[in-house]
Amino acid sequence: MSILGNRVLRKEDPRFLRGEASYVENLELEGALTITFVRSLLAHARIVSVDTSAAEALPDVQVFTGADIDVSTGPPPIPVLEQRMRRPVVATDVVRFVGDIVAVVVSPDRATGADAAELVMVEYDPLPLAVTTADAVKDEVLLYPEIGTNVAGRAGRSDHDPRLFDGCDVVVRDTLVSQRLAACPLEVRSAAAEVGSDGRITAWLSTQVPHRDHFGLSATLGIDPGQFRVVAPDVGGGFGAKSAFGAEETIVVWLARHLGTPVRWTETRSESMTTLPHGRGQRLELALGGTRDGKLLAYRMDILQDAGAYPGVTAFLPNLTALLASGVYAIPRIEVDGVSVVTNTAPLTTVRGAGRPEASQAIERMVDLFAAEIGMDPVEVRRTNFIPKDAFPYKTASGAEYDSADYEAALELALRAVGYEEVRAEQQRRREEGSTQELGIGISSYTEITNPLGEEEYGEVEITADGGALVHTGSFSHGQGHETTFAMIAAERLGLPIEKVTVLKGDTDDVPKGTGTFGSKSTQIGGMAARGAADGVVERAKVLVGDYLEASAADVVLDTSQGRFHVAGTPQPALSWAELAERSAADGRLDELKVQHDFKAPPTFPFGVHIAVVEVDVETGRVELQRLVAVDDAGTLINPLIAEGQVHGGVFTGVAQALYEEFVYDEEGNPLSGTFVGYAFPSTADLPGWEAIEMETPTPANELGVKGIGESGTIGATPAVWNAVLDALAPYGVRHVDLPCNGENVWRALQEAKA
Amino acid sequence: MIPAAFSYERAGSVEEAIELLGSDEDAKVLAGGHSLLPAMKLRISRPTVLVDIGRLDDLRYVREDGDRIAIGALTRHSALARDPVLAARCALVPQTVELIGDPQVRHRGTIGGSVAHADPASDLGAVVLALDAELVARGPDGERTIQAAEFFTGPFTSALGPQELLTEIRVPAVERGVYLKHQRSARDWATVGVAAADVGGRIQVGLASMGPTSLRASAVEEALASGASAEDAAARAAEGAEPPSDVSASSEYRAHLARVLVRRALEQL
Amino acid sequence: MTHVAITVNGQPHEAEVEPRQLLVYFLRETLGLKGTNVGCDTSSCGACTVLVDGDSVKSCTVLTAQADGSNVTTIEGLAADGELHPVQQAFHEQHALQCGYCTPGFVMATVSLLQENPSPSEEEIRRGLEGNLCRCTGYHNIVRAVEAAARAGA
Repeated sequence: MSILGNRVLRKEDPRFLRGEASYVENLELEGALTITFVRSLLAHARIVSVDTSAAEALPDVQVFTGADIDVSTGPPPIPVLEQRMRRPVVATDVVRFVGDIVAVVVSPDRATGADAAELVMVEYDPLPLAVTTADAVKDEVLLYPEIGTNVAGRAGRSDHDPRLFDGCDVVVRDTLVSQRLAACPLEVRSAAAEVGSDGRITAWLSTQVPHRDHFGLSATLGIDPGQFRVVAPDVGGGFGAKSAFGAEETIVVWLARHLGTPVRWTETRSESMTTLPHGRGQRLELALGGTRDGKLLAYRMDILQDAGAYPGVTAFLPNLTALLASGVYAIPRIEVDGVSVVTNTAPLTTVRGAGRPEASQAIERMVDLFAAEIGMDPVEVRRTNFIPKDAFPYKTASGAEYDSADYEAALELALRAVGYEEVRAEQQRRREEGSTQELGIGISSYTEITNPLGEEEYGEVEITADGGALVHTGSFSHGQGHETTFAMIAAERLGLPIEKVTVLKGDTDDVPKGTGTFGSKSTQIGGMAARGAADGVVERAKVLVGDYLEASAADVVLDTSQGRFHVAGTPQPALSWAELAERSAADGRLDELKVQHDFKAPPTFPFGVHIAVVEVDVETGRVELQRLVAVDDAGTLINPLIAEGQVHGGVFTGVAQALYEEFVYDEEGNPLSGTFVGYAFPSTADLPGWEAIEMETPTPANELGVKGIGESGTIGATPAVWNAVLDALAPYGVRHVDLPCNGENVWRALQEAKA
Repeated sequence: MIPAAFSYERAGSVEEAIELLGSDEDAKVLAGGHSLLPAMKLRISRPTVLVDIGRLDDLRYVREDGDRIAIGALTRHSALARDPVLAARCALVPQTVELIGDPQVRHRGTIGGSVAHADPASDLGAVVLALDAELVARGPDGERTIQAAEFFTGPFTSALGPQELLTEIRVPAVERGVYLKHQRSARDWATVGVAAADVGGRIQVGLASMGPTSLRASAVEEALASGASAEDAAARAAEGAEPPSDVSASSEYRAHLARVLVRRALEQL
Repeated sequence: MTHVAITVNGQPHEAEVEPRQLLVYFLRETLGLKGTNVGCDTSSCGACTVLVDGDSVKSCTVLTAQADGSNVTTIEGLAADGELHPVQQAFHEQHALQCGYCTPGFVMATVSLLQENPSPSEEEIRRGLEGNLCRCTGYHNIVRAVEAAARAGA
């Protein structure tokens, strides 16, 4: 009986439950000095002078400026993006967002650092501002005058085919904003570094990508990679915001080298809210056309992406949005134009969903608008246009090659689970009695791309002297449960109990390479790499067993139910892993039971249907989410307990975007949502339970049949809730509400519809 | 995250607290700390001396005093929430307290601290105004009673003198009272808060987050006193108010919310 | 400096502390109890929740000096003889943690909630935990864990 597919409780839980986790801030680092950043209070200004004298008058305080730390971050990682918009890690001439680093304080402790940072006096010469993308795209105020434009990247084609909507009886249009969000990992960024007595540098980072950091920091700082070790210990969440090192981590490592003493930094939450890269920030102008009997024919998206002051991979995201434009529908003609511009705001990055929530928000809202326009039930419009389940693999008009799916089955499951007819009946009853508490039901059927870059992941399995197994993985779990899931995968191949399989990760000395964890790819490439390595170890074991049992390796079998090797047809003599390990260790051959395996596969496309039921108070605009049914299909589920947890968390993020959160700047580029008070991060009291239902349509992309699931919840949930709110407001003539579609935004939409 | 440095004194009595407050013009009282410490951690508030009155247990009580209920200023929100006297005689207070912050905040925050902090968004501020509460203060010149209507003088500013300590809040026994709070999310400050109570036959309404201080909705009260319906009276909820525009809401939306919530509060009374 | 005498997890401690030292840093840095986490700077997230004289309190919003004379329980003080406390066990069984950063705070808040209300409804649980924020779990399994802990008589 295979352990795969079981709801196995997590191996990693005890240390977190007992308060014994090793987050970077928990590390004992003797003699470490504290780093505090002095950050710009203006969004765009020349730096006239930096006076550090008052700060340095405090005992044992040193202050470094851009003149001292002359390092810039590397170019954006994708060659088609504007390569010249680099960030000096400490600003010297100009600051480009509120939060840009202008000086670095080194002090014996945190309190002194905070006191000293306040005493650094910076004189600024304010510059004109381009805070919004609408302003930035005009190219009037330039963040990089020498480059001559604020455009950091483009997607699709900018010429519009005037015949795109030929044959369409109906074209619906809307402009949607997928608002800027803060990732809000509960653990903020934290970093520490020291130079060992052997001259080797070790950096401890709260990161999702220790190997990427290792590679990038070595390159940026000119460190011999062999003399550099990155350790990601326990990390308290990332959500994409920790998928690239920044100016801060660069400075920490630079200072460790420069000072020769260990240094450490942990940001405050306010610092994190305002300077940890944000997510979304896309404006989409949309037009969807089709026939009166519900067939979609053509779709155009014009995307304006906010790339923040220092563009990274975000400038590329409209390409992912474009790729997923079609959603789950067979739309014959799709045209996308995207442009990413820098603005005087904090950098943005690939936060949970990274370009795909925007795509599903867009198509799902437009499908509902189209349905309303032609007077057809949105369920029927969806059914009419689903890519049929026998059409896979299917290439969409925007270039995505979907692997496997059954959208109709997901829709059926979801409709049944929510009791669609009953909800509609209750909605009708309330409308008839003129209730001010309207009910709305909203559907989103989505697909998304996981392992979007088709990456290769590293796995290694080795047998230990006591007959257990170590799995070294290049994936990096920061909440996703790989210590359990990958142990399950390896245990199943090896025939070992899961208690005897330990997963190691995060230390570049221990794992030679890896891609880290983001893009919902880890099980499908990291899990498969571990599986391949385990299979490789079994093959090597058979050679050793053959030697010991005087048989040919080809005749040796592994009885995985017992974890014992024997000659085929002859159950005895047999060697257990423990016995084999002992014997081969005695012969100096234990290291033959160590195999590395790289696994690479193309992207996969999980899918699903989410249905939301909301209650809207049409007097106050307040929206309460009553139910969220989530049907998600991510192929084979190795551990449904963990997979479900990922759906719950993803749905949370999607609902938070729909109803609560928005990171706001004022016209001067001052962040107004810079704390957990200003930013409406929902609590238990704001949300219902989730009704998560699994479906499994395996992918042909790997032998396990697994796709990714980490971002699905986010991608499916936002449009379901958004559609539900619009559904509730349909009788009032409302066809658009800005996100978050709650409170004032609902009220304004009602006011406008009355006018 | 780390407050600016300050000196710290523990008061063993109200008298000692008053004296210690006189030691420095930037001295402040530390009660539950859940209004003051957050401000200090962001370095918005930078007192030079903190006078910790947390030991003054004789300021923690709830007792009937004729037709009033006397509440010691250091009574914690969590104690108010389950107090049987308040539940029986002025349930508006425990009902409101349940909406303040969260359980951890309510285990530490005090009614005196909340009220004296004079945050215009404070739930209890709207309630003490609606109830025409009496605020008892003690200072170097002895004890005095300040009427709620005179207590909130500006944003985060009360009528308390620099050396005065709020020692008691006296509320009337009230059978009908309701507090409604609209928030962006459950743990948020009130976007708008409305406290309505029947105080000795007169309907009184207090507002949170509708101006630079907690406010009485006087126009509403006048309308009701001259016989207007709840709906017509509530239409005047924003009169005389200057609701702020901030990241939570615009001034216009707040005015609208006030009208809706006042109407609902009056209907629920 | 101010003198404090605080009992933490049953152990008495005395120290001279800076007035501005927050209780959470006393626990983490002076006593080396790193299980209590700092998650924000506005008393919003509850990651720092401990019990002070039996009540759940955000230790980032208490000065060490204020806690003089108190009895503090941290996450490290919950498990008895290495056995997980029923609330910890329930969180494990219901998969109520992912990255673990908010977990000690949620566990302590739950212990306090169940002390005050041994059989809470779902609504009471959701209201009772609004002082704690989680980004990973979407709260669903945390609520299930509290229900399970209540059934187990935690």
